Amino acid sequence: MIHKLNDYPELKAKFNEINVSHRRYFFGTIGVFVLLLLYFTSSFIQFDINSIVQKWNPYRASKFILDTYAHKDHITFRWSKPEEFRIAFEGGYREIYKIPPKWFSKNSMTGAGTVNFSNGGKMTIFRDRVEMTNWPNTNEPFVFKIGKFLEVDEYGKEKSVNKPYVFGYENRRNDLPPWIRWTENNIEVRPSLFERLQVSPSRAEIHRYEIGWKYFLFDFDSQLANKSLAETVAIALSAERIDPNKSNLSLIWTEFLDNEIWGHKRLFLAMRDTIIMALIGTLLASFIGLPLAFIAAKNITPFAMVRHMLRRLFDILRGVDVLIWSIIFLRAFGPGLFTGIFAIMFTDIGTFGKLMSEAIENADGKQQEGIKSTGATRFQQHRFGIIPQILPIFISQSLYYLEANTRSATIIGAMGAGGVGLEFLGALQTGNDFENVAYIALMVLVTVIIIDTLSSWLRRRLIGV
Amino acid sequence: MPAQKTPLALPYHLLVFEERLRQIERLRSIYTLLTIFSTLFIVWFGMNVASESNASSLSRGISKLFDYPFDMTEDAWNYGWGWWSIVFKYLPELISTFNIALFSTCLGSLLAIILSCLASANLINSTFVIQVIRRTMDFFRSFPEIVFAMIFLYLIGKNELPAILAITIHTTGALGKLFSEVIENIDVKPLDGLRSTGGSWVKRVRFAVLPQVLPSFFSYALLRLEINVRASTILGFVGAGGIGEALYTVIQWRHGAEVTAIMALLVTTIIFLDYCSTYLRIYLVESHR
Repeated sequence: MIHKLNDYPELKAKFNEINVSHRRYFFGTIGVFVLLLLYFTSSFIQFDINSIVQKWNPYRASKFILDTYAHKDHITFRWSKPEEFRIAFEGGYREIYKIPPKWFSKNSMTGAGTVNFSNGGKMTIFRDRVEMTNWPNTNEPFVFKIGKFLEVDEYGKEKSVNKPYVFGYENRRNDLPPWIRWTENNIEVRPSLFERLQVSPSRAEIHRYEIGWKYFLFDFDSQLANKSLAETVAIALSAERIDPNKSNLSLIWTEFLDNEIWGHKRLFLAMRDTIIMALIGTLLASFIGLPLAFIAAKNITPFAMVRHMLRRLFDILRGVDVLIWSIIFLRAFGPGLFTGIFAIMFTDIGTFGKLMSEAIENADGKQQEGIKSTGATRFQQHRFGIIPQILPIFISQSLYYLEANTRSATIIGAMGAGGVGLEFLGALQTGNDFENVAYIALMVLVTVIIIDTLSSWLRRRLIGV
Repeated sequence: MPAQKTPLALPYHLLVFEERLRQIERLRSIYTLLTIFSTLFIVWFGMNVASESNASSLSRGISKLFDYPFDMTEDAWNYGWGWWSIVFKYLPELISTFNIALFSTCLGSLLAIILSCLASANLINSTFVIQVIRRTMDFFRSFPEIVFAMIFLYLIGKNELPAILAITIHTTGALGKLFSEVIENIDVKPLDGLRSTGGSWVKRVRFAVLPQVLPSFFSYALLRLEINVRASTILGFVGAGGIGEALYTVIQWRHGAEVTAIMALLVTTIIFLDYCSTYLRIYLVESHR
């Protein structure tokens, strides 16, 4: 026998009901998706994301990313001073190599200087030209020459000027590979991100990139410069003193902190300031917020007026954002830690007050009654009847806000209060120290992770959650 | 001669018990004192460091703590009824800031839903995938928004996109963790039922997981929206458009009336959002009980 749905009216009705509800559900889902899609499209148009994506400059981004993990040496040669090759770390005036690095060789006969790149290629600077030889993926050597050209100036006078040109390509500029850009007075050669040559009427400059954070441990001028981590450990363990007045360990420590290229000491102090802002701000907020929360709780304070006023006060303290508090306190305290501490404290008194007063109201009244029956005073009732119940919530919320405030403190710092946020902003605004930007970002990341781990460990130890 | 009061003779095991209790109590009070003293020491130390590095001293700062808002309010008061026109002038900026927050919250929540499904142990069998996605979300969450925002501002230029990207990244990380915790705590019976009928992975997520978790997802996303409105104001302050940028400008120009107008707008919006999200979340929790 074949069962048909039509033979069972009850089942049929149930089936139809499910069908209808499913259809409603289905169209509801589709409706939500269509609304979301409409919103996304309109936002795309409103924020003009399409034009921003077109304006986006990938060269700038790749330069930024390259600079976060690589360093470069500048080799500068002036056509008017053919004896002098200036080789400087990151082009700094203070960081000029006295002994040329291994990858640089100077021919004593011709006076030409050769830069060897890690891809096997070579760039040689002569008195009147730069030669690019042995380059992978190109068949011919390129020669960038400097020559005299006649030019008519604005008074109608003829004079000869120096101009760079690519030898052999004078009449066929279009045949040059795309990584050679030849403009009126300059030639810019960038075969890959790791090599760069600029030839101008006055000089030739080569940038040679290498992966890694150089001079991270010790400064360029330091007597320990160029020592690797393993060598540093070996020095620390060896008995022979480098500086007779200091032990090796204290020498290494002071030299590390005095590193000016990376600014370890400055950044450590800034990090300490940020942590202090977050820690003291949270601690003060929780100490002030807890008594206020007791006053704002229904089962403690009988006066409705007081309670409502406190509740609104909490709302305002919380609603005035940490940004606005920091603007207000920046005027009172000036740039410094107090601004950050007070901004965090004021915002979090509101948050703690609200959370804790709710927790107090939700506390079990039986314990308090039990203590009351033994003839305890009101203070003792609260101390032994309520505090043990809300302590776990208090601790876990304090720790949670400590984590969140470490991030807030970084942000307030960037607004002007100081600390690591300001250092980050400063490093980014220099426009070329992106390895420092990466270093500070890494430092913030590690600190936030350490505080997160510590606070969750503390939470587990104290309240087992 | 009055009879000496003899102590109640307790059985030996109870005496041991009492002694042990007294020891525990002593230890506890020592711990409590230690905690109080170390906390006080931390506060004292931090305050010392702060007063060393601060431009102005604590007492002088406290005496003029609210000078700035009072000055600004006085400015606004002198404006009279014209102040309200300034408030309306900045309404479009406020809407722009709110829209940045809303857009990035929507985008971040969608990404977080996808990532959290891939990071939940009851939906994915491979520990490797789960670990990779969880660590990615940790990474997204750990940076303050301002770090990503400043980098994108440098790369893209001054407009809203850096703020959107930075807030979206942070939201994805923060919500992804909460979402995956919600998914891991669901009732597995619908999931098993769908598996027994041969439902594919997508269908299992769609019909067994989403109906259970969507209310909590929505309530977390609402909470996040409020946080993101604050964040997008702050990012405007460093150059990402919206009302934050307007605030920065008028603070530089010391236009008291305009500063108070913008602050009033911001505070009202945040308090309003706070109330709305509280009521909506209570409604959501109660209607799905």
